[in-house]
Amino acid sequence: MYTQSMDVPNSPHEPKPISHLEGDGELQAQFDAVIDADGKIEPRDWMPEAYRKTLVRQISQHAHSEIVGMLPEGNWISRAPSLKRKAILIAKVQDEGGHGLYLYSAAETLGTSREQMLDGLHSGRAKYSSIFNYPTLNWADVGVIGWLVDGAAIMNQIPLCRCSYGPYARAMIRVCKEESFHQRQGYESLLTMMNGTPEQKAMVQDAVNRWWWKCLAMFGPPDTDSPNSAQGMRWGIKRVSNDDLRQKFVDATVPQAEVLGVSLPDPDLRWNEARNHYDYGAIDWDEFWATVNGHGPCNEERLATRVKAHQNGQWVRDAAAAYARKQQARAQKEAA
Amino acid sequence: MSANETSDWPLWEVFIRSKQGLEHKHCGSLHATDAKHALHMARDVYTRRQEGVSIWVVPSTAIMASEPDSKDSFFDPAADKAYRHPTFYKIPDQVGHM
Repeated sequence: MYTQSMDVPNSPHEPKPISHLEGDGELQAQFDAVIDADGKIEPRDWMPEAYRKTLVRQISQHAHSEIVGMLPEGNWISRAPSLKRKAILIAKVQDEGGHGLYLYSAAETLGTSREQMLDGLHSGRAKYSSIFNYPTLNWADVGVIGWLVDGAAIMNQIPLCRCSYGPYARAMIRVCKEESFHQRQGYESLLTMMNGTPEQKAMVQDAVNRWWWKCLAMFGPPDTDSPNSAQGMRWGIKRVSNDDLRQKFVDATVPQAEVLGVSLPDPDLRWNEARNHYDYGAIDWDEFWATVNGHGPCNEERLATRVKAHQNGQWVRDAAAAYARKQQARAQKEAA
Repeated sequence: MSANETSDWPLWEVFIRSKQGLEHKHCGSLHATDAKHALHMARDVYTRRQEGVSIWVVPSTAIMASEPDSKDSFFDPAADKAYRHPTFYKIPDQVGHM
């Protein structure tokens, strides 16, 4: 499961959140006191409209990312190399769907509807994590997604378990419990390939080369270029800055790559004794923004697949609704 | 329920007993057409790793909740009754644990 620190505006015209727009000073003061005391806000508590809007946008973007995130890996279910790997992959993709459902439910407690959110996704208005707009070209991509993409997502999501909004935090705790399986199965699958033929090793290295920089970009723009981050921190929605999370991910991943026996495609990657961290090279932010804004290699395909799946499920939803109506009518008739 | 305004299925709250001997605990919500459907959905969404041995689903509209704004007036009556707590009573040390 996957979020990127990308509470990005869904459209360029969407106004930036303003924190103290509210007229009700006393309620605002109570809210601020809860936030300052590191307390929790629950659905029926008063909250500033901008806090509510930011959460609806972030949680729904997060949910959409889970749902779209099923697609790149779903492509490999029918081509998994063994029954064992197929069963694992089905379980993982099902988890992603489940994570999307936890998150949609959490967003709905803020007063938005499932229908509105799905409409935002299907119409292309709403954003989701840019990472899913890249193709999964070979079987090693599935392992690399587990190891690196889920690994990056875990870094991002663990601090969200302490988010100030109760339902979001609780959903994230549930998600994080399940996430560790995703990363470990990916890494183990890659280890198996690295013990295989030279061709299999080359597949792993190729997949790592293609995904590494995209995973670093998942943490979102640099802190100097994240105007909404300060407000998110103030509200206790965001706990750790994009650059700090990215650094943590790099530091954790380099030793894992060594054990695996792959190189990471960054000539500037080296241990910095003075900082006690790994230094890494410059990220291509133009590519990141182009992908977020709809011009990645798979944006259209992902959205079209998602919309088609939704449309193809219409008869199931209709049938379920018709059945429920029939049952209800029968029960009323019997009661009469 | 609100089927006239939206195409969303009704919302259900899900409660799960994680193991025999423990109480059911709220774990989230989901949309489903009827109670049986909601139970099946709850099993798939909330118990993929044997997190439960029993599930309750309740239509969200059936839940009556206290008002968060009336926290003070609603819960205040209990605030000044320290004598309801065991620590209110001083017992000589030689009595031991009581």
